[in-house]
Amino acid sequence: MNDRLPRLLALVPYLMSHPGAQVPEVARLFGLNEKQLIDDLQLVWMCGLPGHTPGDLIDVSWDGGEILIENAETIARPLKLGVDEVSALLVALRLLAELPEFGGSEALGRVIAKLEQAAGDGAAAVSNQVAVEVDAAPDALATVTAAVRAGRRLSLRYYVPGRDEVTPREVDPLRVVLVDGRHYLEGWCYRAEAMRMFRVDRVLEVTVLDVPADPPAEAEPMDVADGVFRPSESDELVELEVTPAGRWVSEYYPVERVEELGEGRQRITLRARDQSWLVRLALRLGDAGRVIRPESLAERVTDSARQALANYY
Amino acid sequence: MSRRKTERLLNLVICLLSTRRPLSAEQIRHAVPGYDPENDEAFQRMFERDKNELREIGIPIEVQKDPWEDDPGYRIVPEAYELPEITLEADEAAILGLAAQVWQRASLAEAASGAMLKLKAGGVQTDLVEGPLELRVDTRDPSFPTLWEAVRDRRVVAFDYRSSGSESVLRRTVEPWGVVSRRGRWYLVGHDRGRDDTRVFRLSRIVGSVSAVGRPGAVRVPEGIDLRAQVGYSHGEDYPERVALIRVRPGSCQGLRHLARTVTPGERWDQVELAFTDPERLAGWIASLGSDAQVIDPPDAREAVIRRLKGALQ
Repeated sequence: MNDRLPRLLALVPYLMSHPGAQVPEVARLFGLNEKQLIDDLQLVWMCGLPGHTPGDLIDVSWDGGEILIENAETIARPLKLGVDEVSALLVALRLLAELPEFGGSEALGRVIAKLEQAAGDGAAAVSNQVAVEVDAAPDALATVTAAVRAGRRLSLRYYVPGRDEVTPREVDPLRVVLVDGRHYLEGWCYRAEAMRMFRVDRVLEVTVLDVPADPPAEAEPMDVADGVFRPSESDELVELEVTPAGRWVSEYYPVERVEELGEGRQRITLRARDQSWLVRLALRLGDAGRVIRPESLAERVTDSARQALANYY
Repeated sequence: MSRRKTERLLNLVICLLSTRRPLSAEQIRHAVPGYDPENDEAFQRMFERDKNELREIGIPIEVQKDPWEDDPGYRIVPEAYELPEITLEADEAAILGLAAQVWQRASLAEAASGAMLKLKAGGVQTDLVEGPLELRVDTRDPSFPTLWEAVRDRRVVAFDYRSSGSESVLRRTVEPWGVVSRRGRWYLVGHDRGRDDTRVFRLSRIVGSVSAVGRPGAVRVPEGIDLRAQVGYSHGEDYPERVALIRVRPGSCQGLRHLARTVTPGERWDQVELAFTDPERLAGWIASLGSDAQVIDPPDAREAVIRRLKGALQ
């Protein structure tokens, strides 16, 4: 569907409510390069009231990069919000309302009310049909968030299920990110000497230290657009075969490749930084899964299973 | 879209907004540059398509049929077109800015940024204030946009679906009530026509594309339905809560200890009491801990662990 017309119908009101706005800044706002914006301005210049006498046409100038627009009163107001647009914002706002950070936020309630009013009937109702669940606030969340706000270092004990170990860490927190309904603390980990994402529900103990957070220059936030888990090329490639009862593996973990083998079975290829969590996965799967490659891993699984069975007999 | 068409449409919008009285198609033909002055059929087709395009982007075109006139008259009523005046306080603007960033990818992300652009254009302050919290919700599933549209338009959907842990893929026809995201996974809640009952579908198990069938408005969503509760509810067996007795090696199984009801230290083994409902889920977990943990009681959970461990022998 065309998006040039909606853009122009927002551009004209924007320019009218921001006289003298600069070309580069307007282009950026509308997601255009400067040439595209100028193109839009030239198009608008050709339009106006019926009759199209000079007095009817919209007057646009952009001398010295400053945009002035006149004679466009008819379209001085933007088009009202559509159903999708209102819903997208309302669903997100309702998600915020679930979070402890916003519990009882009066401002949030006001925004929702203003938006529902601006939307008109129907639009607000539709937004009730999309819901995002958020995990219950982990115990550590309040402390962690306080440290981010105050710019203080954290000392914490963190549980890694794959290795079944709890490690002490000192972290300079950057932000708390809520991804896929879970809270993550992103910060510079002094133990790893790198940026890390910690699941806040796996932080067993946490204290705010009386040390200002001072992450090194290379501490950059991660782009979580593709999810939180980051396999790297150097991680080992592992191949598993699963029966229908094991299909959840490719749904639950980030995997490199999935091949359908028929009858609901799959061959799954994934990367693993260390083998121990795969051993655990294989034990959990039982006969729903089998390690194909590497052989060293398959042997480790058999050994672990035998050792565990020895406890029962 | 061609530049000429965009110009014509923009002029059409201005024309219909500026008129106090409805205009006939003929009047519009002469008032708006770009319509064929001679070929009637070409003009009518083009005008029809133009009206539909405007309606598709949400512009309300009022059609008036005057009993005294042969032809209907068209106009856009400014009050029906315009974004109402909205003023946001600084704290409200910050929250809205946060909400606008939530969606990653696809339909709703575009819709959210489109909304913010309109608000900015309307003079609403929407600068994002950097805060300690960021929210991201993804809609990676390829079927999400179609399902969202069907939910919005209240249309029935049909798709191929593989049930959990099953071999077979079956065609399902569903009256969609809504979509829910939980732990990053999207679920469709609706009335399954084939089974004549409420069902929850995981979008990642939809095979191929989703088709919307039938007319909009055909689906009736039950009043006061709690979508999230539907996703949480297992439409299957209900397990009673029981307590398992588990031996764990000292110094190991930190996660288990954290969730246990009681932990009693011992010489060779520590003893843990853990509440559970589904013995198979428990078995999967305890099996994964290998020789560091063993289930003592109850017998069905113990047997389930042994089964898994035997099954894992490669």
